[in-house]
Amino acid sequence: MSAPGLEVTLRQRAPIPLDAELECAPGELLALVGPSGSGKSTLLRCIAGLHTAADGAIRCNGETWFDAAAAINHPVQARRIGFVFQNYALFPHLTALENVAAALGGLTFAERTARAHELLTRVHLDGLAQRKPAALSGGQQQRVAVARALARDPAVLLLDEPFSAVDQVTRRKLQQELARLRAHLNIPMLLVTHDLDEARMLADRMVILHKGNTLQSGPPEQVLTQPDNAAIARLVGLQNLFEGTLVSEGDDLKLAWLGHRLAVTRIAGAGGDRVAWVIPPEGVLLHRRERPSRGEAENPVAGTVQDCLRLGPFTQIRLLPEGGGEPLAFSVPTHVAERNEIAPGAMARVTLLASSIHLMPWEPPAETRAD
Amino acid sequence: MDWSAWILSLKLAAATTLLLLPLAVLISRPLLTMRTSRRLVAEGLIAMPLVLPPTVLGFYLLVAFGQHSALGQLYHGLTGRSLVFSFDGLLAASLIFNLPFAVQPVQRALEAIPREVREAAWCCGLTRWQTLLKIELPLAWPGLLTAIVLTFAHTLGEFGVVLMIGGNIPDETRTVSIAIYDHVQGFEDKAAGVLSAVLVAFSFASIVLIQFFTHRIGKREQ
Repeated sequence: MSAPGLEVTLRQRAPIPLDAELECAPGELLALVGPSGSGKSTLLRCIAGLHTAADGAIRCNGETWFDAAAAINHPVQARRIGFVFQNYALFPHLTALENVAAALGGLTFAERTARAHELLTRVHLDGLAQRKPAALSGGQQQRVAVARALARDPAVLLLDEPFSAVDQVTRRKLQQELARLRAHLNIPMLLVTHDLDEARMLADRMVILHKGNTLQSGPPEQVLTQPDNAAIARLVGLQNLFEGTLVSEGDDLKLAWLGHRLAVTRIAGAGGDRVAWVIPPEGVLLHRRERPSRGEAENPVAGTVQDCLRLGPFTQIRLLPEGGGEPLAFSVPTHVAERNEIAPGAMARVTLLASSIHLMPWEPPAETRAD
Repeated sequence: MDWSAWILSLKLAAATTLLLLPLAVLISRPLLTMRTSRRLVAEGLIAMPLVLPPTVLGFYLLVAFGQHSALGQLYHGLTGRSLVFSFDGLLAASLIFNLPFAVQPVQRALEAIPREVREAAWCCGLTRWQTLLKIELPLAWPGLLTAIVLTFAHTLGEFGVVLMIGGNIPDETRTVSIAIYDHVQGFEDKAAGVLSAVLVAFSFASIVLIQFFTHRIGKREQ
């Protein structure tokens, strides 16, 4: 009963279906990732007490906030949460200082003011305490919202797409600030986002949510490179998702794909199994033109460049492998692409790193494509 | 100048406004979260005084407040006074026929507050009452002001319902609008003209006041 951190189990059919289970330890930042309508925000609202699910339980540091079976449902005010809303939801008639002080009930006026100043200083807004939200930039408003969320000394911090309403430059800055801030927070932190890069940068673990189901959870690197199945790979928008068959070759199992026999380091399955497999673009290495592989290279694959897109210092290449099929996507530094005369229609050879190939159980493509 | 009519009218308008404003907030607040079908019915009922002829509304109120009605008898039993042809009855009728003038501006102003702002207040630990007092009402201030001015001005000018329910008793139910009618009936055009002109000036000033404050508050919030 006294487990520290947040434990959530929620089920409901309407208005948004939920069948979710997650836990978050003190000091851990858990990203809830999924397409629009996947139930991320609803899950957060349930934890806050702004929405009541039909079934399930929410416990924080051993205290039950919600238990449908025991008819326990603490009101929002009784759950010690800090909530940063997507559009910050600042009180427009109050100054930055008063916005933060509004969450400091139970203190004297002097104590409230001092503590609010302290919190604003913590988010680098000490000089703007007397400004109203309309006189603050998007980034500054977000900082006020974070200061206000921390004012109650919350038991859990809930962040609902807190970076979606600001420009790219501000977003990077605010993300760095959150990364610094969280180092001093020993409470569970939940971040709702649809930005995988954001989840990868900030989160210790991420949970993939689809149609209200928690599909997979784990460290972002693991979820993004080793999804449990092809549906999750599609949901997180992984490139280079293919199908193949495991075949026995001597004592080894190899991955048969378009006439190639690919070595794989992490085997999941048995000979004859149809599998889905994925390789991140970083696992695809371009061979030098003047020194083509003589066959000893790992998993060599030849193909025709379908297109190459120069994006500043990097060039994205799509290579149609010999034997047909979907193109392999990878990227190389632009000067490497130029030196190797990569252009649409050119022949090129690549290596598929055995250690980067991730095998998954094959399943027919379902309707789980991300929107 | 018919001072007693003015005093009575101002007393009625002030009492109506003071009683109706909190009532309008209490009525508007649940409308925000009410199911659409129920809300539409409730809003329809509140808007009835806008479309009903004052004589019709006055007639039903007369029936409802009369000596033989349960309400009339209950009130008489409690206070010893009558609800018809009295200031008390006039005030009760005034609360009813001003309902849309008070509720609608307050409701629109409360509706304009984003849901998240209200929820953010709860997440800050504020109770629903604290949220209403510290967040919602200050944000709905232009709506409250509109309700105050409209209710006050409309009460000063109401004629039909007042005549039906209150008659024309000096110092008790003879308001400015009744006095104007009385003067016209008695061919006292000058007296009627003075009262009418003051009423026109007051109504115009009220409308300008609303516009001015709403504009200023709007600018301050930006």
